[in-house]
Amino acid sequence: MVPSPTPAITVRVRHAEHVMGTVVSFDVPVAARHDGSLDAAIRWLHWVDRLFSPYRADSDVSLLARAEVTVDACVPEMAEVLAACAFVRDLSGGYFTHEPGGQFDPSGYVKGWAVERAAALLAGAGSADHVVNGGGDVQCAGGRGLNEPWRVGIADPFRPGRLALVVAASDCAVATSGTAERGPHIIDPHTGRPASGLASLTIVGPSLALADAYATAAFAMGPAPARDWTASLEGYAAFAITGTGATWHTPGFARHIAL
Amino acid sequence: MRRAILAVTATVAGLVALLSFKTHSSSERTVASPEPSASLPPGERAITGNVANTAYGPVQVQVVVATSKIVKVSVLEQPESTSRDLQIGQFAFPKLISETLSAQSARIDSVSGATYTSGGYIKSLQSALDNGG
Repeated sequence: MVPSPTPAITVRVRHAEHVMGTVVSFDVPVAARHDGSLDAAIRWLHWVDRLFSPYRADSDVSLLARAEVTVDACVPEMAEVLAACAFVRDLSGGYFTHEPGGQFDPSGYVKGWAVERAAALLAGAGSADHVVNGGGDVQCAGGRGLNEPWRVGIADPFRPGRLALVVAASDCAVATSGTAERGPHIIDPHTGRPASGLASLTIVGPSLALADAYATAAFAMGPAPARDWTASLEGYAAFAITGTGATWHTPGFARHIAL
Repeated sequence: MRRAILAVTATVAGLVALLSFKTHSSSERTVASPEPSASLPPGERAITGNVANTAYGPVQVQVVVATSKIVKVSVLEQPESTSRDLQIGQFAFPKLISETLSAQSARIDSVSGATYTSGGYIKSLQSALDNGG
């Protein structure tokens, strides 16, 4: 009698880290704790917080905002972040900005970028299957086991604790912008007023840094322009819930919906 | 187990809220036979809530739990005498059931939503998942 193959069981670890004004949740194989890569990812997030927080007077971002230093005098990651912010700003027709109200503040890009990089640290140490969720923006690698992708719920902005739908995510990011948690805080840079018309907008695609920034830009645009713009993004798909509770998604989003 | 009981309570509360729009008196009731525990697969168990007396009549729900997750919600008893009752039975109950399942046991691993603060995290579904959801 041929013994049936035993499914590989990986012991997993969950960890929630308070950092960057929110909580970053990790779901990793236990090996990531033993080999130090989970600790390294956590240290990385705190490092980013120290250098990129606009709320710390001595952060590189604050020094740069006050023109007390030049970009060259900052950590090398500053130039990388600035270049990426400029890229999304130009791609979005200025709806994403790292200079809200004329003040230098790349926060709209930094969190997603930092979480994506934290996930990359885990992957670099050999983790094939993990999820890192930074305050509601998620970067996934691999799956939940037995060839199943991760299942990422999209929060229903009108009913706390409920889900609007579930996304099947493997090696991709899911980022959502909305007003449900912190009110109308996303400003339309062209009017200087809070964006209206959408309750939440989710972007799915390979990079959390870009997905997060794209979600912010699209939310600021409002429903109609956001739909056209997100449909034009290569490799990224969008799902939106409008202020009246209606929903739409770009053609590319359908294949991400979990049953 | 405690989570499951909370879920039954929440589901009943949702039903009661749903049924509280107008007064209604009816002694008619539909009683579905509860799923006998013996027919459940190993590791699953059924928890039956108390009968809630709503404005539309008595409502009773049952959840089936497997390893602390809800896998099934059934309405054992519901009003069924007016067209409004039928509407509730045909549309509202299935919606509530699917929502209960999606929120509490859609086998989700993570939640994407508007960015929460450290304080907002405490109330989030993600926090429930991190605590062993």
